[in-house]
Amino acid sequence: MQINGEFKPLIVAFCCNWCSYAGADLAGNNRLAYPENVKIIKVPCSCRVNPMFILRAFQRGADGVIICGCHPGDCHYTSGNYYTRRRMSLLFSMLNFLGIEKERTRVEWVSAAEGAKFAATMNEFTEAVAALGENKRLEDLRCKR
Amino acid sequence: MQRIGVFVCWCGSNIAGTVDVKAVAEALKNEPGVVFSTDYQYMCSQAGQDIIKNAIKEHNLSGIVVCSCSPRMHEQTFRKTAQAAGLNPYMVEISNIREQCSWVHKDMEKGTEKAIILGKAAIAKVNLNAPLTPGESPVTKRALVIGGGIAGIQTALDIADAGFPVDIVETKPTIGGKMAQLDKTFPTLDCAACILTPKMVDAGQSDKIRIFSYSEVSQVKGFVGNFDVTIKKKARYVKEDLCTGCGLCTEKCPQKKVPNEFNLGMDNRRAIYIPFAQAVPKVATIDADYCTMLKSGKCGVCSKVCTAGAIDYTQKDEYIEEKYGAIVVATGYNPISMDKFDEYAYNQSKDVITSLEFERLTNAAGPTAGKLLRPSDNKHPHTIVFVQCVGSRCANCAEKGKEYCSKICCMYTAKHAMLTRDKYPDTDVYVFYIDVRTPGKSFDEFYRRAVEEYGVHYIKGMVGKIAPEGDVLKVQASDLINNKQIHIDADLVVLAAAIEPDKSARPLATMLTASMDTNDFFTEAHPKLRPVESPTAGVFLSGACQGPKDIPETVAQAGAAASKVIGLLAKDKLMGNPCVAHSNELMCNGCSSCERVCPYGAITYSDKEFRMPDRTVAIRRVASVNEAVCQGCGACTVACPSGAMDLKGFANNQIVAEVDAICK
Amino acid sequence: MQNKNSSLRDEIIRISGTNPRKCMLCGKCSATCPAFDGMDYAPHQFVNMIENGNIEPLLNSKSIYQCLSCFACLERCPRTVEPAKLIEAVRLSVIRKQGANHLKPDNIPALLDEDLPQQAIVSAMRKYNK
Repeated sequence: MQINGEFKPLIVAFCCNWCSYAGADLAGNNRLAYPENVKIIKVPCSCRVNPMFILRAFQRGADGVIICGCHPGDCHYTSGNYYTRRRMSLLFSMLNFLGIEKERTRVEWVSAAEGAKFAATMNEFTEAVAALGENKRLEDLRCKR
Repeated sequence: MQRIGVFVCWCGSNIAGTVDVKAVAEALKNEPGVVFSTDYQYMCSQAGQDIIKNAIKEHNLSGIVVCSCSPRMHEQTFRKTAQAAGLNPYMVEISNIREQCSWVHKDMEKGTEKAIILGKAAIAKVNLNAPLTPGESPVTKRALVIGGGIAGIQTALDIADAGFPVDIVETKPTIGGKMAQLDKTFPTLDCAACILTPKMVDAGQSDKIRIFSYSEVSQVKGFVGNFDVTIKKKARYVKEDLCTGCGLCTEKCPQKKVPNEFNLGMDNRRAIYIPFAQAVPKVATIDADYCTMLKSGKCGVCSKVCTAGAIDYTQKDEYIEEKYGAIVVATGYNPISMDKFDEYAYNQSKDVITSLEFERLTNAAGPTAGKLLRPSDNKHPHTIVFVQCVGSRCANCAEKGKEYCSKICCMYTAKHAMLTRDKYPDTDVYVFYIDVRTPGKSFDEFYRRAVEEYGVHYIKGMVGKIAPEGDVLKVQASDLINNKQIHIDADLVVLAAAIEPDKSARPLATMLTASMDTNDFFTEAHPKLRPVESPTAGVFLSGACQGPKDIPETVAQAGAAASKVIGLLAKDKLMGNPCVAHSNELMCNGCSSCERVCPYGAITYSDKEFRMPDRTVAIRRVASVNEAVCQGCGACTVACPSGAMDLKGFANNQIVAEVDAICK
Repeated sequence: MQNKNSSLRDEIIRISGTNPRKCMLCGKCSATCPAFDGMDYAPHQFVNMIENGNIEPLLNSKSIYQCLSCFACLERCPRTVEPAKLIEAVRLSVIRKQGANHLKPDNIPALLDEDLPQQAIVSAMRKYNK
């Protein structure tokens, strides 16, 4: 996304309700800043994130997608984040083939106590995506109308 | 089309300081479906809630978006507000513009811009919301406790105390479990029987508790609040209601050569037996494997001597069906087999025993009437070697033992060593240890007392080899502090065998769809915050079935499990979480992918008839979700290849709409 | 003393194929060892010293020639650290520097015996071939 000629990557962050969304709230409570273009979508568990959502985000112009869940072993639903880990490593392995640098996606474990980690992760991920530049390849041409 | 109201909160200056709330309210006015948009200083205040209520009525709103603090803070508040105004509470969406916007950004322009986008995402979601009603299910006010050891007894007593009926199912002829076999208990050294048997009597006499002894759970169906359980009462060939427990039959039975499992085979019992004097229920049981009458039809002594006429050689296994609201698993533990530890000569010498056998040897009701005599020649042992960590803390690839620390061995070995030195000061006692682990109230003091006051020789090192030679056991061990290999001629060696979950636990977990770890211990719903609940709703964990535990911990967990059960049974109806998965049967292809990923066993498949377009009827295998069991994680929705499975409240199209709104 | 000689340490761990970090200091190897009395460094010390890179003394020790390769420690180690393999690896690292005294392939068939572990023959030959 170009804002005043400056490139600001649009990041969609899927956060699980129990750990990472609370971690994001804690970052807010502690006033730990991260870029405005990070937009959070709440899901009950990181395993709710369908690979389709990620591809959709890229298709609609997102520059990066990050999935945040509870640490392994801490999932509210016992094993949801293990599913996430497997599904996403499979999806990520195919992204290059689809024309998206796989560095534009990431899975991170952020607990409800890790506000600082959430902010740091978002800052660092945004920088990494910014370095890759705008994501043009998977845009739905019909959206350009 | 929805009629959506948007309410933007200032939160004093918390939001209004970085976000131009008026601009947000103005910008969101033109979103599809929005018919009303306003802002107010404190939306969560009474006045703020009144604004929402009035707007719902005035504008006939079908959904609302509140742009405010985190939903973790006030989602419940605003849902109640909506409900009070006659709107379904699940038609409320919160746009988090405080924690995730105003508090993390400093620039007014950018903050406002982000708040507008977050608001748009919430509006896009509400447009696709549907009213949800939590499922209700009745609760059967009866609990089942599987296992009648101290864990099961304590749980049952606590539940019965709150006024709910409880059934205990125990595979052995009596309740009491491992604790009934113990002599003294650490760290206070009160006798196990003295503190356990009154509890057993309480359980036996309580009018709220039924005890199914010599019984097993053979089938479990249903879900939280509504379990249908089949209990198999094994034939004991004695009518429980007639037997008085006088014990005459157990004295007269001519079959005397039956290994007594209560004394771990160190002496014999008869074919008809009562495991121990304080058994509850105190009813005789015929061991069908040894009874001459049952095997060849010739004997019948017990039936002749029984004055109550309780013996019934024709008894058959009986199946009882009962409904329960909650199930507590208290299946306990066993010491592991020593067969793989050839170096310790357990199978070669009778004088190499496990700690539980030592417990029986020192128990006044045990095979030696409490005198410490070694099993081979009934002589008093003068040198005793205790070996710790036999089978505990083994690498899992070693395949001999268990990877975990069995937790109780350090303390009971200290107890054994101390009691031996106390009763027989002429005995030399050596304890070989890797680490002494005593984290518990008064535990370390207890261990130090064994060393300092009772002169037990604690040696840092491990025993490598035990060789029976004549009437001594040649013990070869290392002393790591002195860097020596030492040789001891011992009279008796006691192995602190690792403990493992009871063998019945794994099939039971399958029946309950409760999860287990690789060691067959039951997994708790959350390792820290929900330690007595299984992830399967309505199934609770008590005692060593969840992990190695000593008696105080077991009793504490048993009480905790009971309080969770009471909390469940006290409800008349269970309100489920309405955000559960549901399957579109027309799209379902019957592949079972969802069933396999569901951690709760909430998905079942059944054959259903469908009318086809050509007016024929086809039978197809389709998934259905039990809404009372589903917890709404959504794992199945992603696994479903045909897109039939979706999650209410977090539907595929809702999340996609949010993605679209954000990426626009 | 941490990692005094880390390249040699890594080499020995590589040859042995074991992981000395798994050791929990129980001492069962030294308790088991039938050759303990002749050793200047006990099997459990090998594990610890190799992990800490303190290998020089081991290279010059009697122990590496006292070890019988009976594998009792390997069999009984509860953590599968397998000290015999580490001792063998130290021995090899000494012997490999001594030059051309390896067992000739042609001589192997005559030495094979059904009851003897292969590695025992190999290590015994290396020991007595100095």
